[in-house]
Amino acid sequence: MAEYQNLFTQVQVRHAPDPGLPIPDPHNRGELSVFSYWLGRIGDAQIGPVHLGWLGVLSLMTGGLSIVLMGLVMWSQVGWDPVQFVRLLPWLAVEPPSPEWGLRIPPLAEGGWWILCGGLLTAAILLWWARMYLRARALGMGTHVAWAFAAAIWLYLVLGFIRPLLMGSWSEAVPFGIFPHLDWTAAFSIRYGNLFYNPFHMLSIVFLYGSALLFAMHAATILAVAKMGGEREIDQITDRGTAAERSQLFWRWTMGFNATMESIHRWAWWFAVLTVITGGIGIVLTGTVVDNWYLWGQQHGLIPVYPEVWEAPIPAPLPGELDGPFHAPTPEGLPGVSSIAPGAWSSLPGTEVSVRFAAPLTSALEVTP
Amino acid sequence: MAMLSFEKKYRVRGGTLLGGDLFDFWIGPFYVGFFGVATIFFASLGTALCVWGAAVGEGLAGQTWNLWQINIAPPPIEYGLGLAPMLEGGLWQAITVCAIGAFVSWALRQAEIARKLGMGYHIPVAYGVAILAYVTLVVVRPVLLGAWGHGFPYGIISHLDWVSNVGYQYLHFHYNPAHMIAVSFFFTTTFALGLHGSLILSVTNPPKGEPVKTSEHENTYFRDTIGYSIGAIGIHRLGLFLALNAGIWSAICIVISGPFWTRGWPEWWSWWLNLPFWS
Repeated sequence: MAEYQNLFTQVQVRHAPDPGLPIPDPHNRGELSVFSYWLGRIGDAQIGPVHLGWLGVLSLMTGGLSIVLMGLVMWSQVGWDPVQFVRLLPWLAVEPPSPEWGLRIPPLAEGGWWILCGGLLTAAILLWWARMYLRARALGMGTHVAWAFAAAIWLYLVLGFIRPLLMGSWSEAVPFGIFPHLDWTAAFSIRYGNLFYNPFHMLSIVFLYGSALLFAMHAATILAVAKMGGEREIDQITDRGTAAERSQLFWRWTMGFNATMESIHRWAWWFAVLTVITGGIGIVLTGTVVDNWYLWGQQHGLIPVYPEVWEAPIPAPLPGELDGPFHAPTPEGLPGVSSIAPGAWSSLPGTEVSVRFAAPLTSALEVTP
Repeated sequence: MAMLSFEKKYRVRGGTLLGGDLFDFWIGPFYVGFFGVATIFFASLGTALCVWGAAVGEGLAGQTWNLWQINIAPPPIEYGLGLAPMLEGGLWQAITVCAIGAFVSWALRQAEIARKLGMGYHIPVAYGVAILAYVTLVVVRPVLLGAWGHGFPYGIISHLDWVSNVGYQYLHFHYNPAHMIAVSFFFTTTFALGLHGSLILSVTNPPKGEPVKTSEHENTYFRDTIGYSIGAIGIHRLGLFLALNAGIWSAICIVISGPFWTRGWPEWWSWWLNLPFWS
């Protein structure tokens, strides 16, 4: 039982750094390689050389500029106080323009910074996509990484560009910021009747959890047959050895079905890619096609009927009754908040949830007290 | 029957943990073993109890065969940690026992098959983490809170409603630091899985006319693009680490909600705002 399970590399071999395979533009590839002992404990010890073509340089510049601008906008919000900047950083945000601007471009201080940062970040991501595509082509490989990346870009563009466009307002987009983007997510779910009833959200979660399950199954299988050379997957695909045979039989004997050394990577690719594709579909339908996922679920027979455990239900709010900002908890309720830069906030930043009930509520929400 | 071309030579006796040769045989593609029998027993009984629960409408205002709406609820909080009558949550308790029995039998069956094939124990250990997360939800946290009623109900939509309701009990669950870590691990796992799957497919499925590529291409591609290639063995160690941490931190994030922290999670962060050197 107490046998070696191959979780760490016990003996590391040092060699001259691998310069990489020849490419059409070798002058763009650096020469710097270093070795890290601790990386070598779990994987390859060699760091570098990295290839920096103009795509990579432009991508790092636009992406870096975007992040720096976000930081500066946030810093300005605390009156350029470096201590308060660090203290409040998780609550600080670069917010998109407010609803009255629609799809127009507002001044910098009223959401313009958000458009500028978002544009630069998008440029960086698209340039990086082209880099991933062209580096694969330069080595004569397939472009599967780039297309998986494109699926993630679809979700990113839905959240920050496509859905706001369809809704006719930049204010629909996600703010940049640690807690603020979480607040946006919660407010978004509440506004549209709880995203848990959105079938594409369900699918996205299934693929997300499924990806973790698949990676655990696959990685554990490969490590379990690593003593037979199972991690040499290309060799096992092109010329099946006992590692591939045993790993396939393991799952066949366990659950009656097995992938092959190649097809498990197709399962992996599709699970990862469908997580973001279905997620993007779920978001793009929300507010454009479906205004309330709870009512949608009720129409389609999804919602269970629970026994009444309380005597008199609280009546559902009327349209317009709850419009406006909610402050929870109150500013006085939390210690330490009053010392925030004066006038910056009226409550603990990041806890305001602004809710608008635009559409008339249907009879499904009428409750007899 | 149902054998792969190379399968026959692997079907040998031995490696069992319990039962010796008694259940050491295959049915179709499935290996049986003592724990296969135990799994079938618990899984069949548990499924039958679920169907019975659906038939009598246990935990519901009305009976339904609508797959989305079927709900087997845990006992009301009043029963504490005691046994409840069958139609008032006892069914949920019995199903939970069956589920744990089936999951643990399955893990031990995986261990037997791993022994039979001369493999490491990584798969049953990894599966054990998933069992741990489930047991945390339906046993550990309810016990810490003092009532089985704190377990989640068995039903497609009803378990989502439970997640939603329990989340809002803590005002805004995204502010739970362990939840943040768990979600980050889930996203990172999926990201890494996408990269690993892509890389293997791109090496074995090159453009038309190109030969299949090698592990040197894998390393060169990732060094060229991001400056580091973790390597063939490393990516599987990393993948297992990420996936297991997603489960472990999920279990932590729910077990601290209630037993450790009873207020809104956004409020928890006031320790950061109140650190002595800046508050």
